Amino acid sequence: MTNSDVISSALDALRLHKLRSALTMLGVIIGVAAVIAMMAVGAGARERVLAQIRSLGSNLLVISPGNVTKAGVRLGAGASPTLSDEDALAILSDIPAVEVAAPFISGKHQVVAGSTNWATVINMINPSYLEARDWPLEQGRMFETDELRGGAQVALIGQTLGAKLFSDVDPIGQVLRVGSVPFQIIGLLTKKGQSAFGQDQDDVVLIPLVTGQRLGNRNQVKSRSVGGIYVKVRDGESLSDVQEDVTSLLRQRHRLQAFQDDDFSVRSLADMTAAKEQSVLSLSLLLAAIAGVSLVVGGIGIMNIMLVNVTERTREIGIRLAIGARQFDIMRQFLLEAVMLTVIGGTVGVLAGLGVSYVISQLAEWPLLVEPSSVALALLVAGLIGVFFGWYPARRASKLDPIDALRHS
Amino acid sequence: MLIEAINIERRYPLVTAVENVCLSIEQGEFVAITGKSGSGKSTFLNVIGCLDRPTAGQYLLDGEDTSKLDRNALAHIRNCKIGFVFQQFNLLDRMTAVANVELPLIYAGCERTARLNQAKEALKRVGLADRLYHCPGQLSGGEQQRVAIARALVNSPKLLLADEPTGALDSRTSRELIELLKELNRDGRTILLVTHERAVARHASRIVRFKDGRILS
Repeated sequence: MTNSDVISSALDALRLHKLRSALTMLGVIIGVAAVIAMMAVGAGARERVLAQIRSLGSNLLVISPGNVTKAGVRLGAGASPTLSDEDALAILSDIPAVEVAAPFISGKHQVVAGSTNWATVINMINPSYLEARDWPLEQGRMFETDELRGGAQVALIGQTLGAKLFSDVDPIGQVLRVGSVPFQIIGLLTKKGQSAFGQDQDDVVLIPLVTGQRLGNRNQVKSRSVGGIYVKVRDGESLSDVQEDVTSLLRQRHRLQAFQDDDFSVRSLADMTAAKEQSVLSLSLLLAAIAGVSLVVGGIGIMNIMLVNVTERTREIGIRLAIGARQFDIMRQFLLEAVMLTVIGGTVGVLAGLGVSYVISQLAEWPLLVEPSSVALALLVAGLIGVFFGWYPARRASKLDPIDALRHS
Repeated sequence: MLIEAINIERRYPLVTAVENVCLSIEQGEFVAITGKSGSGKSTFLNVIGCLDRPTAGQYLLDGEDTSKLDRNALAHIRNCKIGFVFQQFNLLDRMTAVANVELPLIYAGCERTARLNQAKEALKRVGLADRLYHCPGQLSGGEQQRVAIARALVNSPKLLLADEPTGALDSRTSRELIELLKELNRDGRTILLVTHERAVARHASRIVRFKDGRILS
């Protein structure tokens, strides 16, 4: 019996009961689709997290102020303006592994340009901020030294904001107002995309830090305090070593006793994205659970149908045995029918899984990543399920006594 | 000697169907086994056809002792030395006549085109050249039994066994079928036929009578 004979006879048998075969496959279809979707979600999410890390800079530490304990009450991060731009200078000069230390203040304000207005993020920065964020200008120029020192009212804007406020004119040279203070736009930033937390990083105005500190004097306790410091670590230096150095330096500068908590926090991007990955992981686990359960249930369904098949076709088995089929021939025939069911189901499942992955990737806005290896793996798993759950019915068929089988009506 | 059965016994937990049967059949004979139903003739035929094994005694087919063979070796013997014709035809309903006749060749490992040619040849031999692609449901009882005979013949077995081959046919088609068997016998094929009809049995060159699991001498 050649392989093509066995395959075509198995296909004939499945075609005889089309609806039954299709329903039997359903479990495997769902299971395999879930496997494919699971892998695609995992890969897509990982890719997006990596892209976000890249967009922010992978060798970046973020120092946030706050986390003060007053009379036993522990306030959260950012509760108190404990960081200053002098801290940033100290970090840069005292820790050699630090390439850039960029202090900044970030706030949300309504900005007005001409007759339109828009609520946006205003970041007050030094030029080192753009260096730390690896964020070049697309058009215009950077702040100049005397503008920085003198607190000039100049601004750089992001792509999204540019589009919102100046849809049909060149934003360079235009004026926008923050409250009552006018700023002249001198540059347009390149597109940065979404942050790890879903914010549009291009919806932003950048103004010199000194300008911001002066304007904000009325509500900032210390005139030189900043909202955070970005630290860019030199290539090849250990992020966690620098993290420790920065922590001990700042504790020393802030005169903290050993029993006191840090009044700041130093986090790397890896820490910040870990939470994000955690949520993706739970989605993957959910899909894996669906995949596992439906593959097992689907497998049992196949076993069930194959047992019905063997009983229904007992007489056929008897006839085949009588004309010279060996045990092996019968076993192979029924095993192959089971494997056909799961492999066809698996193929349909792969297509369904690709569809589901596509929808998920569209909704979550990450790249559709289905590796050929995961398709191969899913099909292999489907085939193995056919062998595993088809084994017992096929064995039972092959063990039939020819005479008993022939008498079966 | 093609068949040599020595003291064959087939015992079931509650009854002994065949007891102490000795029978020798030469190459080219046409032997009919008769007897009432329950006389053990079909059970004996199953042993001769290697579908069943004797619980005691020795059965030599073509000089080979079959009592020592395992399931697969018996399957091989059934495939190439024996052709079986049943009362109920036992064709596979969802396959065409040609596909049914091809089956033994498939299990013999025959290659596709050779298989098809041999199957067509066998169907021509039984007079069904114009029914090659009919399914059993589209054929009359006599035609179905001819397909079954073609299937039994297709591997050119030495021995053709028929268990009440006319049992499900009317008398005219029965006569035609017997003529076909006689023809095949004239071509040199050994035929062992089980029947309870005297009219069928008398066409054989030798009649063996069974009663209560034994041969009446």
